[in-house]
Amino acid sequence: MGLRILIRTGVLLVSLAVSSVVVFALMAVLPGDPARVALGVNASPEAVAELRNRFGLDRPLVEQYLSWVGGLVRFDFGTSYVSNAPIGPQISDRFQVSLWLVGAAMVIAAVIALPLGTVMAVQHRRLSGVVLSALSQVGVAVPAFLAGILLITLFAVRLGWLPANGWTPPAQDPVMFLKQLVLPALSLGLVQGAVLTRYVRSAVLDVMREDYVRTARAKGLRPMQALRRHGIRNAAVPVLTVLALQLVTLLIGAIVVERVFVVPGLGSLLLDAVSNRDLILVQDVVMLLVLAVLVVNFLVDLLYLVVDPRMRTASR
Amino acid sequence: MSTRHLRSAAASLLAVALLATACSAGSGSGTGATGSGGAGADDSVTVGLVAEPASLDFGSTDGAAIPQALLYNVYEGLVKLDQDGKIVPGLATSWEVSDDRKTYTFKLVDKAKFTNGQPFTATDAAYSINRVKKDWTVSLKAAMDVVQSAEAVDPTTLKVTLSRPSNDWLFRMTTRIGAMMSESAVSTIATKPVGTGPYTFQTWKRGDSITFSRNESYWGTKPHFKTVTLKYFKDPTALNNALLTRTINVIGTVQAPESLKQFEGNDKYQVIEGTTNGEVVLSFNNSRKPLSDKKVRQAVRYAIDHKALLDTCWAGRGKLIGSMVPPTDPWYEDLTGMYPYDQAKAKTLLKEAGAEGATLRLRIPTLPYAVACGTVVKSQLEQAGLKVQLDQLEFPAAWLSTVFTNADYDMSIVAHVEPRDIGAVFGNPKYYIRYDSKPMQDALAKADAGTEQDQVTEMKTAARTVSEDAASDFLFLLPNLVVADKGITGLPKNAIAESFDLSTLGRS
Repeated sequence: MGLRILIRTGVLLVSLAVSSVVVFALMAVLPGDPARVALGVNASPEAVAELRNRFGLDRPLVEQYLSWVGGLVRFDFGTSYVSNAPIGPQISDRFQVSLWLVGAAMVIAAVIALPLGTVMAVQHRRLSGVVLSALSQVGVAVPAFLAGILLITLFAVRLGWLPANGWTPPAQDPVMFLKQLVLPALSLGLVQGAVLTRYVRSAVLDVMREDYVRTARAKGLRPMQALRRHGIRNAAVPVLTVLALQLVTLLIGAIVVERVFVVPGLGSLLLDAVSNRDLILVQDVVMLLVLAVLVVNFLVDLLYLVVDPRMRTASR
Repeated sequence: MSTRHLRSAAASLLAVALLATACSAGSGSGTGATGSGGAGADDSVTVGLVAEPASLDFGSTDGAAIPQALLYNVYEGLVKLDQDGKIVPGLATSWEVSDDRKTYTFKLVDKAKFTNGQPFTATDAAYSINRVKKDWTVSLKAAMDVVQSAEAVDPTTLKVTLSRPSNDWLFRMTTRIGAMMSESAVSTIATKPVGTGPYTFQTWKRGDSITFSRNESYWGTKPHFKTVTLKYFKDPTALNNALLTRTINVIGTVQAPESLKQFEGNDKYQVIEGTTNGEVVLSFNNSRKPLSDKKVRQAVRYAIDHKALLDTCWAGRGKLIGSMVPPTDPWYEDLTGMYPYDQAKAKTLLKEAGAEGATLRLRIPTLPYAVACGTVVKSQLEQAGLKVQLDQLEFPAAWLSTVFTNADYDMSIVAHVEPRDIGAVFGNPKYYIRYDSKPMQDALAKADAGTEQDQVTEMKTAARTVSEDAASDFLFLLPNLVVADKGITGLPKNAIAESFDLSTLGRS
């Protein structure tokens, strides 16, 4: 098991290195000149050249790459082209916001999906199961931003129960923080919950068709009992995989919802940075996301070992 | 997962539901959804705006959002532009122009102070002017090139000598380049601006808001509100919702004119409609076939039904203009009659030019007005027998490099929002419109060098020349649309200065 973790860590580091090259190369070929964007219309070619020099954009690409990666390794994220401010604190502010939002959304999604998906699977031949299944299909089809707009119209504009948008850090005003978190977290969570429900249903259905569950049923256990004793752990493996994927998708996929609810998260930071051609900031955020994907996958791999003892044996 | 887990899951679900109800109970009564920094308290006001500044130093970063927030509010100039487009006193109480129109002598107010405690003197004024020439990097600084010297005669007298007479220079002093700064504070102005204005800069929450407080030692009339917050919304719907739910008190600039209906006729809100400097121009590449042919350019102008276009793409709000001059400039004339909508005439002109069925590349930026108008322009021109290839280019980066820098386009649609920009756009043959006209350049030069009366006459000639020559088509002038709670007073009607002037805001 130790060796396995070691190999996984190695893969993680190599993937990071490769993706840093890819990210940097993509930024290098992106049309649009950061200096030109910062200086705006009417800028003289000399002024643009001077700013390119100050940004270090006139250095060879390899040199630019090395100085960027060198900084990252030392946790120095560099300085933004646009605001001239250090990037590290900006990213960490936005990342905290995104974590709260994504965390709350995932909790909502899991709370909806796990019980509902299981019920749908157990009752898949009954009317209730079919109705629930149809409802979840609708949920999958609704984009999160649309859910957001509907929730705002109903709960904020019509009923006035919750704020329509905005963000307050929890330390500053916990009550306001919760009020403002509810609607964006719900719009993400409901949609992700619907998606997850489909996976939970099919995972549970698969397990229920297995021989060992049939054997358990033949011994006289009722469907739920058989599932509880013998099925859950087996069904958990594919569900965990999907959960991890969703977590990562949400981190950046929350971008539209962030916009609708005016939440200053990582997604909107990235979008602004791309449109301002704040290339260093874009590279940093993308690398952070790559890191998040890799780390989550790494953790899920470890979790498999916890959930499924057979994998532990196999790896020995 | 066991029943125990299922049960705890159900419990969490219940908890979330309870939480939601608890929250609703708290905010359901009267005050609406107001939080810390939200709208509500009597001595504070929150204004919702669209574009957030990228930095707070307009000397090194371009973009309209920085002066919109800071000018006239935190920074003041020697002169300022009033709501009718007139140059009025700011930190200068009066000024004299020498007979050769090259020397300006400003009398300054004597009790103004920077918010860091330093007094404002003629030395600071001279320093600020020289600093633009020396340290600024944005292109706008070029307006200061004409200054030969700026020196303090005594603490309240400033003498500025120009290398040649220039009416435009005094006007530019009403914009950001005229902002008066303190030498002791400039090292940190990118994050902490210090000026002499009615408000003191407090905080900037990036991605969210900028907060000002009343400058209690302000030399002029102190503003009504103790705290003013500028809150930024990228999404127009979110901006509207924020007003509807009382998170903000004012929508500074409505970006989606069709959404005004929900506020009009509701007696909780007031809707203010004024004008701007934003000419939405259908720009032509005058250096490239087929639009290098005047007949083709004229045909395009005849082929466009401007009234129908404005109704479709900007909900009929805004003003039709026939040239590059907004009605608030002293030399405005109504030139909309020069090219009345006439498809038959357009077709005849195209035939004469041998350009029937020619393909024009309409390369527009991804901005709401451009996207909305692009399809209308395309369909109207196609009715007149032209082929139009419509490309959307990401704004600003891709549009700037393709259209603006490389002039790789035939037509584009962009709002030129800078004040008095006819010269910058049509007087410089290297500008992306590539319009090279001697009569035009002469008129502009004479307008700048002559008396104020000469200026008006020559600028009228310039505006007529551009229009007659069909150097571009002028689709319409963007309206200034403001929506606010009923009780808010002193809102600026027109957005013709670079600033969103907060100094007159009050509550009735």
